[in-house]
Amino acid sequence: MDAAQALADLTEISSQIQAAVILDGDGSIVASTLDDSRARELAEATQELLAKVRTSAGSDRELAQLEVSTAAGSVFLVRDGSRTIAATTGPEPTVGLVFYDLKSCLRSAAGAEKPAPKPRARRQKEKAETDAPA
Amino acid sequence: MRRRKVLTGLLLFAGSLAGTIFYRRRSAARRDRVDVYFEDGSMLSLAEGSPEASTVLPLAHRILETARR
Repeated sequence: MDAAQALADLTEISSQIQAAVILDGDGSIVASTLDDSRARELAEATQELLAKVRTSAGSDRELAQLEVSTAAGSVFLVRDGSRTIAATTGPEPTVGLVFYDLKSCLRSAAGAEKPAPKPRARRQKEKAETDAPA
Repeated sequence: MRRRKVLTGLLLFAGSLAGTIFYRRRSAARRDRVDVYFEDGSMLSLAEGSPEASTVLPLAHRILETARR
């Protein structure tokens, strides 16, 4: 499953999530539920938000996830490896469920990009059997 | 009969007034906040009005606006 498909599944499974974007370690957009210009704006704001939170929290601790809760809605960020997913919801979401869905989405997206295992070389014995005349 | 109607009206008015007050207080109590979870299992909550939250909350509002546009 690619990142775009993982996001499509996320918005289908979780009715609470209104928009989401997956960012790479360098801040580039991997996939988004928004159009290009809004995805770029959201990505920039997300990067700024991460930087501010890092400054506030100190650099000795690595951020895993965060929720900004406002009367207008909530912003969620989840990190897994080098990737970050940012998502928005309406007011008073089910926080635990949203975090779970976002983590699952990131893992699905990451799993899709792991290289497929190389086919094993045939063993010598098998080869000899097939090569031998019947 | 008339007295009973007045009493019912008063009760309805008092009930709706109490409901409105309760709702407004509940809404006012729900303040903006930032909850940060770290990989070591620790958590940091920044309440609205704190200097740290005041730098983060405008960005969150910007994200919400962008998502809803």
